[in-house]
Amino acid sequence: MPVERAPSTAAARETRPALAPSVILRYDRIRRAELLLMPERAVLLSPEGGRILRLCDGRRTVADIIAALAADFPDAPLERDVPEFIARVRTEGWLT
Amino acid sequence: MTGPAAPWALLAELTHACPLHCPYCSNPLELVRKSTELAADDWARVFAEAADLGVVQAHVSGGEPLLRPDLEEIVASAHRAGVYTQLVTSGLGLTAARLDALAAAGLNSVQLSVQDADRANSDLIAGRPSYAAKEQAAEVIRAAGLPFGLNVVLHRRNLDRLPEIIELGERWGADRVELANTQFYGWALRNREALLPTREQLDRAKQVVADHRARSRRPELVWVLPDYYEGVPKPCMGGWGARSITVAPDGTALPCPAAYAMTDLNPPNVRDHSLAWIWERSGAFNAYRGTGWMSGPCGDCALRETDFGGCRCQAFALTGDASRTDPACALSPDHHLIRDRTAHAEHETGAAPELVYRRLGGARPAPANQET
Repeated sequence: MPVERAPSTAAARETRPALAPSVILRYDRIRRAELLLMPERAVLLSPEGGRILRLCDGRRTVADIIAALAADFPDAPLERDVPEFIARVRTEGWLT
Repeated sequence: MTGPAAPWALLAELTHACPLHCPYCSNPLELVRKSTELAADDWARVFAEAADLGVVQAHVSGGEPLLRPDLEEIVASAHRAGVYTQLVTSGLGLTAARLDALAAAGLNSVQLSVQDADRANSDLIAGRPSYAAKEQAAEVIRAAGLPFGLNVVLHRRNLDRLPEIIELGERWGADRVELANTQFYGWALRNREALLPTREQLDRAKQVVADHRARSRRPELVWVLPDYYEGVPKPCMGGWGARSITVAPDGTALPCPAAYAMTDLNPPNVRDHSLAWIWERSGAFNAYRGTGWMSGPCGDCALRETDFGGCRCQAFALTGDASRTDPACALSPDHHLIRDRTAHAEHETGAAPELVYRRLGGARPAPANQET
């Protein structure tokens, strides 16, 4: 049964997140992980975080991103985790 | 045996030549001459080897890197290696055409220095008129749309203008302002009496930073700890040989830009060795790695993996022995070396000592007419 979402969450699902202009997402072949690179800072991402941010291209909505991941992670609580993760990265200023 | 963890960052000091003469310059007292500088090809090899080791960020610095006519080529090689590249500049010589060429070569961000929000004092500290050129450079960086950090070294002679300095960062369009409290090595140590602030100045400054952060996220403020007053040492470089490599203009490789001054270090050179050998095998990079070298209060301290015993360069500069606990630590048997200086700074009432400006050919006092 679908869970009813607060209006703000529903609106957030329609946003199209993209990396901030100062931020670069790069695969680090030495550490075998995705990295966010920005002035004076490098952030080592979890495999899940890297997957999500790879999909934040400014074209896909959050709902699209959840749908894209659903095929690979059928049992994961994506409806909860993906918007939470994106909101957290936005708060850091790394996503627009 | 497994090797050390991969390094993250490379500080590339392309040249020690600089139009400015800041009395706290992080370059060594013995500046490297132009004739011994690495060529662009050497730097391309260094960046490629650094990237293979795990380096993901390069600070292209100096001296003034814009004085290298082949800077675009050097930045392009860093970009080709997949390294996020930041230009660290005084701003002198940063035209729109030059920055466009650098951005086209793959430059990712710019850090511009300014010496004070007050034009006359900024020029005085830099040792030449430069504020106006920096103002123009800020405009050029903003117009190019590159991430823009403003770096201000803080000390006795500009700390009281911190609100104006932050305001300058806002006005110039900086994304972040690095408030770099003077670290006392090399030139800054030579000028310590003139530059060391009072505790009261620092307390006021900390309040200004806290007030700004509570009010606004822009520009982001980075506060570099003034370790003379904290009683705790800074975890310098995130540990010796743990995160970063400095390569000097002549190819000397160091675990820290201040380690030039360690006369017993015998640092390797990228002309003679691969960066991998330097990082993993060289005596200099292994000298103070981990905790095995620790003595005195560090050896069984609960914080030994937090602050790594503080700064090796400061221990060497103040005690002559880099393996001693950083005297900035209140637990250090040498802490009086710090306390005596801060006590002196509190009580100093006479005329401020003259600044010794950074110049090629060693330190000498400034001409009297450059002093207030």
